[in-house]
Amino acid sequence: MRKISVNKIREKVAMLCKKANYKLPDDVKSAIKEAYNKEKSELGKDVLSQIIKNYEIAENSKVAICQDTGIAIFFIKIGEDVKIVDGDIYDAVNEGVRNGYLEGYLRASIVKDPLYERENTLDNTPAIIHLEIVSGKNLEITLMPKGAGSENMSKMTILTPSASEEDIENFVVKTVKEGGANACPPLIVGVGIGGNLESCTLLSKKALLRKIGTQNPNSKYSQLEKKILKKINKLGIGPAGFGGIYTALAVYIETSPCHISNLPICVNLNCHAARRASLII
Amino acid sequence: MSRTFRLKTPFSERGLEKLNIGDKILLSGVIFTVRDAAHKLIKKQIDEGKKTPFNLKGSVIFYAGPTPSKPGNPIGSIGPTTSYRMDRYAPFFYSLGVKATIGKGSRSKEVILAQKKYKAVYLAAVGGVAALLARHVKKAKVIAYPELGTEAIRKLWVEDFPCIVANDIHGNDIYKKR
Repeated sequence: MRKISVNKIREKVAMLCKKANYKLPDDVKSAIKEAYNKEKSELGKDVLSQIIKNYEIAENSKVAICQDTGIAIFFIKIGEDVKIVDGDIYDAVNEGVRNGYLEGYLRASIVKDPLYERENTLDNTPAIIHLEIVSGKNLEITLMPKGAGSENMSKMTILTPSASEEDIENFVVKTVKEGGANACPPLIVGVGIGGNLESCTLLSKKALLRKIGTQNPNSKYSQLEKKILKKINKLGIGPAGFGGIYTALAVYIETSPCHISNLPICVNLNCHAARRASLII
Repeated sequence: MSRTFRLKTPFSERGLEKLNIGDKILLSGVIFTVRDAAHKLIKKQIDEGKKTPFNLKGSVIFYAGPTPSKPGNPIGSIGPTTSYRMDRYAPFFYSLGVKATIGKGSRSKEVILAQKKYKAVYLAAVGGVAALLARHVKKAKVIAYPELGTEAIRKLWVEDFPCIVANDIHGNDIYKKR
């Protein structure tokens, strides 16, 4: 067994919180630049140029790309030959978030009780933590700080097995049509198809972890990704919703087996400040 | 080509008539950050007959909650939050003299009607460019509800703050135009 101390995890998590919120991934930056070069609408181009200036300032001055530094979502893969020592992994991640958000001048956006008191915890904890056991002796931590603007416009439904490819397309496009302008376009659209109520939503979120430029390995689904992207970019919503070609930068579909009686689908929208960062211990 | 206007706050009715959706605005002067929680509290204060934390007449409200400011900076990253969450309150605030709100995303029919009625506008800033927008904030001060953290009301002194006219006083909506 390879021992990994929670102290190390706490430290690395704090670092990831800052890195993810200051520096946009290179693939997202390239996609935005490409959109800027190709956008035809004057206001749309203006928005994209602000987006480019913004990520440059954030990265160079080490300040948050967006004031909504999100709820901290962790995808952690623990190799089965790893033993976590000196404490609890959940506590370590939350302490790392607390330290990272406080030291990094990142916004605390979490309330303790969702309905009644809604009192801010003031340190952005607790994080959402998804743990997965994999083979090997590494610990892989991925953080996606996700803002509420795009999360609030996301949708899930359970269709019946009679649903067609077109029904899927329509559900995704309708979700973007209705909420896209609020979600800080150009968007990244994560689509989960299959699984069940809770796993389908997780699929759509995991889809957002994919790098721009990648496609679903199944050619039917990769074709569908392209088809939906084309339809979305015909909506005319455009950057910031001010009109234009680039309503979305990418559509990613992730699938999973499902029950004979249903066909779950979830659309998780992400804003152009599509932040994520990973590291391996 | 879009037109560009340099506007100074507080607003009077006159200057707003010439604005059309899609016009670019460079805003200077004082604006106030008010988000979900502070809307609720101001409304409560007014209902109880108490004074509001700032003079609403001619004021400009910015739907925003910044990150904490780094030492040496007047403010942290700051950008618009999604406006529809404040739609329940907006007609009431416009009726009390608020002349503009700044946020992102589309507004309800009721809000657009209220803007027409009270001759007020809705300006949209670009979401997710908070590091850039922060550079247009020269000074900031918490003036009410510090216990709300990022949702406290802040008085901001802005210079050439970029936004566009999303709803004008004539009832037009940029989000419906496309």
